[in-house]
Amino acid sequence: MAEPLLEVKGLAKHFPLRRSLVDVGRHDRRAVLRAVDGVDLEIAPGEVLGLVGESGCGKSTLGRCIVGLYEPTEGELRFEGMPLAANRERALRRRIQIVFQDPYASLNPRMTVRQALRELLKFHEMVPDDGIDARSRELLDLVGLGPRALDAHPRQFSGGQRQRVSIAKALALQPDLLVADEPVSALDVSVQANVLNLLEDLRVRLGLTILLIAHNMAVVRHVCDRVAVMYLGRIVETAPTAELFENPRHPYTQGLLRAVPRLAAHRRTKAAAVVGDPPSPINVPTGCRFHPRCPIAQEPLCSTEDPMLAGPRAEHQAACHFAWGERPQSHTPEVAVEGR
Amino acid sequence: MNEPILKVRDLHVEFPLARGLVRAVDGASFDVIRGEALGLVGESGSGKTMALRALVGLLPRQANLAGGEILFEGVDLARASTDNLREIRGRQVAMIFQEPLTALNPVMRVGDQIAEGPLVRLGYHRRRARERALELMGHVGIPDPVRRYQAYPHELSGGMQQRVVIAIALSLEPKLILCDEPTTALDVTIQDQILKLLESLRSELHMSVVFVSHDLAVVAQTCQTVAVMYAGQVVETGPIEAVFQEPRHPYTLSLLRSVPDFDVVRETLATIPGSPPDLAAPPAGCRFHPRCPFVQPDCTTGDFPLRPLGGDRATACIHSELAVDDVRREPVIAGG
Repeated sequence: MAEPLLEVKGLAKHFPLRRSLVDVGRHDRRAVLRAVDGVDLEIAPGEVLGLVGESGCGKSTLGRCIVGLYEPTEGELRFEGMPLAANRERALRRRIQIVFQDPYASLNPRMTVRQALRELLKFHEMVPDDGIDARSRELLDLVGLGPRALDAHPRQFSGGQRQRVSIAKALALQPDLLVADEPVSALDVSVQANVLNLLEDLRVRLGLTILLIAHNMAVVRHVCDRVAVMYLGRIVETAPTAELFENPRHPYTQGLLRAVPRLAAHRRTKAAAVVGDPPSPINVPTGCRFHPRCPIAQEPLCSTEDPMLAGPRAEHQAACHFAWGERPQSHTPEVAVEGR
Repeated sequence: MNEPILKVRDLHVEFPLARGLVRAVDGASFDVIRGEALGLVGESGSGKTMALRALVGLLPRQANLAGGEILFEGVDLARASTDNLREIRGRQVAMIFQEPLTALNPVMRVGDQIAEGPLVRLGYHRRRARERALELMGHVGIPDPVRRYQAYPHELSGGMQQRVVIAIALSLEPKLILCDEPTTALDVTIQDQILKLLESLRSELHMSVVFVSHDLAVVAQTCQTVAVMYAGQVVETGPIEAVFQEPRHPYTLSLLRSVPDFDVVRETLATIPGSPPDLAAPPAGCRFHPRCPFVQPDCTTGDFPLRPLGGDRATACIHSELAVDDVRREPVIAGG
């Protein structure tokens, strides 16, 4: 692989929870929510990496650590080989941008598109003052919006158009890496396709590197070169997209793929793909984090030994004791269901 | 084929707004076959949720049920009195909403919420109602019902909350269950569990279901028939596999082509140009014609009611052969 654009090493982000008076009285240790809990990841220049997982798995927290919105608890980030702190200088901040899920909440309702773009372009000194207008038009053109959009307020746009404005704002700073956090999940299907095609187009035209955070496996399959699957704060499998979908090795990935509703109705199965609820990141299971829901978990190995990401080839790795060897007989796990 | 338990004919729901009369549902017709699930699909603003709510008189205050027939086992619910509707609601027709937390009472134990129907409406004795609730909790896959009975909604995960809502819906043994995007708020593995639960309950208890969703794949997994809505109208109906395999309306086709399908990876996703019409001033003729890839001169005027095609299918498109040709050139979904 080429020199990675971004390296994530042993990254963790823990959120301490508030303690009640009773906890203090009992001298209970302060509870901690382990949103991201030891992630290693590399993103190559020009690739689209999909980060998938269910809510609470830490994928958005990881994205926010990369953009610098959160200070990691442990571990480090490297950008082009240089350490990347959360509190980073303006020139570096510019190079990693984010597009959020909800285009209704991520734009300032009182600013026109022209004002929003002008502010960004000026603050980061992207173009000389007399070039701001031309550049703004160019940016809108890039995301498929006409110059009329310049003087509009966010409320005048549909969801898909707002998401285009958000992308134009991110692109205004000519980032090298774009973190797209569920960019289409708030949009209608026909509009989703537009935004997904736009991301693909930008990658080709601008050579943009994209980290696409998503929960929709079909979207990821269409857009990404490579996929990393997250479960409860950890990456449990990474592989090139086609390989992950055709030959998933981790039981969680396998279940996740089986759970996706398919248009071809004859491909449905009767039994639930993964049983139980994800455990709370406040109370992480011992050993393999997936073992309480895993159909091939073996005692005592899986409840005591935490499997590391491993695989015969660097591009396909899975964190399961049985990912590559002979598989134990599957069984239905006894589900211990806990509320969140 | 079985006869329909519910027949909806020419349903109209209107919102008198300042900018004009918005016809949210404008002449929708569909049937629900006894013991089967009908998927009502469309994008936001297509009128699918309003059509569903109109069935049981749960429209928002500003909306009027402006016309049409809702024949439930021969009784016209559109003309039923409020008392009559109340009797049918819950007893015979139950509803499951998108957000389980908003459907549950936050300060009441979930077990008591499930027992409430049998207690109040069926006149069960307290202890028997509790037993019935525990039985229902087991039925919908809530582990350890005795302990869970005491829980408050916020103590349960989203999937468990939705199971409680389903148990409440089942508690009066309704014949028809209306689901409004019941899994949209849930994660994919939990969605899968809930969809499979609904499916097994439907076939076990021989219930009929109307399933509103924007997600075509979810509908493909749970329903036997489908009605596709666009701009307040039903534009295509039929058995789900046939409709998704070979759509006979350009809107159905465009929608299917724009969804990233898990099984078919395309270079670029098809998009639908333009945006859905303003329902206060919809275009004349076929409402989809301004966005239709196969538009013909005669599409711009006149009415476009559903026309039967045989094989229990119907389409509102008068040039449906153009959609068929297109599908023959490039199949829509994986493997026949």
